[in-house]
Amino acid sequence: MPLLEIQNLRTSFHTRNGIVRAVDGVSFSVEQGETLGIVGESGSGKSVTCYSLMGLIPKPPGRIESGTARFDGADLLTMKDAELNRIRGKRIAMIFQDPMTSLNPYLRIEEQLIEPLVIHENMPRAEAVKRAIRALEEVGVPDAARRIRSHPHEFSGGMRQRVMIAMALITQPDLLIADEPTTALDVTVQAQILDLITRLQRERGMAVIWISHDLGVVAGFCRRVLVMYAGRVVESGPVEDIFARPLHPYNCALQRSIPALQGKGAELYTIPGLPPDVSKPLPACAFADRCEFAQPGCRTGEVALKEIEFGHASACVRVQRGELKL
Amino acid sequence: MTPFLELRDVKTHFPVEHGLVFRKRVGTVRAVDGVSLSLRQGEIVGLVGESGCGKSTLGRTILQLIPASEGTVALGGRSLTALRGADLRAARADFQMIFQDPYASLNPRMTVFDTLAEAIRSHRAVPEAELPCRVAALMEKVGLAPRFQRKYPHEFSGGQRQRIAIARALAVEPKLIVADEPVSALDVSIQAQIINLLAKLSREMGLTLIFISHDLSVVRHISDRIAVMYLGKIVELGPAAEVFDHPMHPYTQALVSAVAVPDPVKAKLRQRIVLAGDPPSPLNPPSGCAFHPRCPHAVEACKVKVPALEESPPGRMVACLRTQELEAGR
Ligand SMILES: Nc1ncnc2c1ncn2[C@@H]1O[C@H](COP(=O)(O)OP(=O)(O)OP(=O)(O)O)[C@@H](O)[C@H]1O
Ligand SMILES: Nc1ncnc2c1ncn2[C@@H]1O[C@H](COP(=O)(O)OP(=O)(O)O)[C@@H](O)[C@H]1O
Ligand code: SF4
Ligand code: SF4
Ligand SMILES: [Mg+2]
Ligand SMILES: [Mg+2]
Repeated sequence: MPLLEIQNLRTSFHTRNGIVRAVDGVSFSVEQGETLGIVGESGSGKSVTCYSLMGLIPKPPGRIESGTARFDGADLLTMKDAELNRIRGKRIAMIFQDPMTSLNPYLRIEEQLIEPLVIHENMPRAEAVKRAIRALEEVGVPDAARRIRSHPHEFSGGMRQRVMIAMALITQPDLLIADEPTTALDVTVQAQILDLITRLQRERGMAVIWISHDLGVVAGFCRRVLVMYAGRVVESGPVEDIFARPLHPYNCALQRSIPALQGKGAELYTIPGLPPDVSKPLPACAFADRCEFAQPGCRTGEVALKEIEFGHASACVRVQRGELKL
Repeated sequence: MTPFLELRDVKTHFPVEHGLVFRKRVGTVRAVDGVSLSLRQGEIVGLVGESGCGKSTLGRTILQLIPASEGTVALGGRSLTALRGADLRAARADFQMIFQDPYASLNPRMTVFDTLAEAIRSHRAVPEAELPCRVAALMEKVGLAPRFQRKYPHEFSGGQRQRIAIARALAVEPKLIVADEPVSALDVSIQAQIINLLAKLSREMGLTLIFISHDLSVVRHISDRIAVMYLGKIVELGPAAEVFDHPMHPYTQALVSAVAVPDPVKAKLRQRIVLAGDPPSPLNPPSGCAFHPRCPHAVEACKVKVPALEESPPGRMVACLRTQELEAGR
């Protein structure tokens, strides 16, 4: 049984300007110890997918329209708040792009680090503090015994990010959800954080969902990848296959448009048009307006993610029919 | 031949003050601390380095948006640092800046037409009847359909707004543009469009471009040369592909090795140099070579002696005391 199994998740926001179909029928699973990457442009529904699992969608305007999210067998979407809180504080942890989302600016980080231990594990304070110092040391915060007395603003961006990671990991979660936590960091600090999470994962067998729009980071760090577009998964598969043998025109176009994969100075390939507006009606294949292989049939028929090669699925109907070699 | 743009030992220092009533100077942020650099006309130089190393401050100092504390900036042989008042305003038409957040830099209450018309008028007297035609030409140059003239910034996507900002910069027919993280706020699929546009404009109009970015693969792609900054100083300077493929300064080596390569097979084989510690503060920079507390090759001498940016081999400049030794050992 997978650690986490999402089926047919639909989350929308009912706003004055219409219904934003942020997540529109997403299914995937994460095995114990696995690293799953989720890539896609901003607005493609990566964050909302994960916030839905964590019960972090503001309601209203948000609404989970359908789906199940089984974590260790129990459905996160229907369980009672008390039960969800227990899992969220302890077995599933989340880190964000902006560390200040999860850090309280007014509290010393000591208080913030020991809180879950004291609340969820009834640990005596002195012991919790010791554990917190160790957690800071593990993520490479120098002089942890002294720095634990500081407030968040006394740390640099990179150090704050580490404090947040220490806080997420202190209860030894089974699943870590990371929402673009390194996007705002310098490459050298980003490399430190990735190394750190890889090490902790090896030591503890923790599963990771890594959300990013940076294909480079995902390539080096994840084992399996989901490519999202307009609230849907358009391709999924092992990381090597996603890069070496893309099976969806959007994935293909995305890879062709990043400078690192193209000759220096050459004109970069660009995806025509704009990212879709998910509050407007979209064609059956949401990528049809920008796809160089689109045919009238792509806009009307049924579009679903189907396995093409072992473990490698695509939602492109033309690839499914064997008409396209990408 | 005089270079098109020449910086000589430019320093930009900010006072750090304390106290509400009697402001007392308690220190100095050495944001830019002795930068010398020459650009040819039409050249694209990429400026990279960690957050806070002084890239934006250097860009703003070049454009005279912040006064240099020391040193000179000269454009076409004429010193800009000496200009004041009306002369400075007149000279400013020669250079423009493009920012990361195109939304913040555009007036939300002005249509594209008004924004561009204002920029054109500020530069030279143009008969009112000629404006529509000029605005349309500018829009076409940056790949915006002229039928969008009457729209407001919020009606555009991030990439389109960046095009408007670029069009506004071009309206004054500048010779030099400093683009500060112009694609960082844009989606991957839109970044490529803006990079192509800037490269094309530079090629076709002979624009000189300073391109600031923390994304090394973007900088490598667009730049002729790359300048790597660390704590207010240039530590390495050279042709883009060479610096990227064969970095000589230990900091550049770490930086290049940390760039994530979008190729899972290569990524697994690669050795990353993971730097210890955080970027240091320009308020209190380390002695000697400022990189020494994080440098894997540091020796005692590095704590005392400040390395100068020196040419070796021809065309490459490096500021490291141990370049000779380290290169011999590679
Ligand atoms: N007006 C100011 N007063 C005091 N310090 C300043 C001022 N402007 C910048 N600094 C400091 O100067 C240093 C260089 O800042 P700068 O904005 O040039 O960095 P940067 O390289 O552009 O960084 P980033 O990649 O984050 O944009 C930083 O330490 C910054 O805090
Ligand atoms: N609170 C909200 N109210 C209305 N729309 C929202 C809200 N949060 C997210 N959305 C919309 O949901 C869609 C998906 O957003 P998100 O999951 O954050 O994208 P990503 O993380 O892939 O960049 C976007 O169209 C976004 O504007
Ligand atoms: S289904 Fe059609 S429009 Fe969609 S990606 Fe495939 S070819 Fe393109
Ligand atoms: S001078 Fe010394 S500390 Fe500085 S980069 Fe060279 S070896 Fe490292
Ligand atoms: Mg997001
Ligand atoms: Mg800056």
